[in-house]
Amino acid sequence: MVNAGDTAWILISTALVMLMTPGVALFYGGMVRKKSVISTLMMNFAMLGVVGLLWVFYAYSLSFGPDSGGFIGSLKYVFLNNVGGEPSSTYATTVPHLAFMMFQGMFAIITVALITGAVVERIKFSALMIFAVAWLTLIYAPVAHWVWGAGGWLAKLGVLDFAGGIVVHVNAGLSALALVIVLGARKGFRHEPMEPSSIPLVMLGAGLLWFGWFGFNAGSALGSNSLAASALVATNSAGAAAATTWMLLAWNQRRPTLLGIATGAVAGLAAVTPGAGFIPPIYGVLVGIVAAVICYYAMIAKMKMGIDDSLDVMAVHGVGGIIGVLAVGIFASIAVNPVGANGLLFGGGLTLLGKQLLGILSVGGFAFGGTWIIAKVIDTTFGLRVKEMEEVVGLDLSQHGERAFGGIR
Amino acid sequence: MKKIEAIIREERLDAVKKALEEIGLIGMTVTEVSGRGQQKGIPLQWRVGEYRVDFLPKLKIEIICHDDDCNAAVDAIMKSAKTGRIGDGKIFVLPVEAAYRIRTAETGEAVV
Repeated sequence: MVNAGDTAWILISTALVMLMTPGVALFYGGMVRKKSVISTLMMNFAMLGVVGLLWVFYAYSLSFGPDSGGFIGSLKYVFLNNVGGEPSSTYATTVPHLAFMMFQGMFAIITVALITGAVVERIKFSALMIFAVAWLTLIYAPVAHWVWGAGGWLAKLGVLDFAGGIVVHVNAGLSALALVIVLGARKGFRHEPMEPSSIPLVMLGAGLLWFGWFGFNAGSALGSNSLAASALVATNSAGAAAATTWMLLAWNQRRPTLLGIATGAVAGLAAVTPGAGFIPPIYGVLVGIVAAVICYYAMIAKMKMGIDDSLDVMAVHGVGGIIGVLAVGIFASIAVNPVGANGLLFGGGLTLLGKQLLGILSVGGFAFGGTWIIAKVIDTTFGLRVKEMEEVVGLDLSQHGERAFGGIR
Repeated sequence: MKKIEAIIREERLDAVKKALEEIGLIGMTVTEVSGRGQQKGIPLQWRVGEYRVDFLPKLKIEIICHDDDCNAAVDAIMKSAKTGRIGDGKIFVLPVEAAYRIRTAETGEAVV
């Protein structure tokens, strides 16, 4: 039966998560050079259109439709057939099925948007749109079904992912890495200084992400209840701890930077996502600190390896997500969430940790391999990359005929 | 007539303006410019580590003056723009072939 309080919270959470995608756009847009700001914002905002549309056409059905062999949903919910005002019998049983469907849609949108951070400043916009359609269909939908769909094989196995540590962050991180490997580095990478266009824009984006994350994680309680409150506290604690830790790391090296503290917050928030509703909220602090330290050094390692994952999708979301998924295996407690399990610290032994590791390896491997194939196919048929001259001029002008900051007036 | 182009530190603008005013030179055009000299830019911080920005922000002052005033103007800028540290800037003096005032159509020395 529809519960008014739960429904109100899910509708609000849907709106909160929606705002994260323009948030990601600004977070990324501030970090690229002036000539690529429009292009970077556009790559993200376009997902609200394209993915938002495909989600109600068929992608929700593939992700959450009745199970086919544990690997994919079905076509029962295509064009929102059989999705209405009554609650689903399987998911979020106290809110309209439509509300649950749209809440999940916002996760799909932001996951595709996250990947774009790796490939800014040189990917062809048209190729990215083709990639988005293929990736949503062939990678996101199956992975969401495995982890969250009724009958999904990882769900049945007992792998826990409260709000998308595996489905969103590990999935986006490994996919971004594969896409970059096919696409290649930006011209001038490691030689030219690539100065951020606007660090205030980065902070605005990170702020919107943090704000939206309350809907992302606390909304994943799928009800207006104490579990939502617990998830919200874990989320904020992790973001705060990671932001502070990153600030200290940068300070120790030279000076505390706004770019760093904003990045730290996002790493901490990504890391707490899978466990937000399974771990006692105070452990969010620990998750945040560990995520900040490891993501910080992951970035340094990436620089040494010379991979141009331009805005660190793997180092922030991928690595942050992996840490968080493993943290569930350690800190999860059924006292917090009875439908979860006990992790290592609360007497559950290594069982849950092993399952979580399997979740990371299977989804990470599938995302990396699958995306590599999709990227190769697009690259050889259509071409992934803009012409050299277009890259030099900047994607704002060459792809969109717009520029972020006006001319003389 | 001469044109003086002075590349100076941003924070010395007020002092330079005052020094020029004292010798009776009011008119000037100021532009924000980027450039580099001996020190080859400055390091800035990325999320982790640093990157080097080649071009530093400076101001360019352009003044047109009578030949007789030129040495005094250069002298005033030299003194007021100097901090003694690397990156104080440079002054260039160029000859001016002609000058026109748009409002009155006056030409030559009368314009300055």
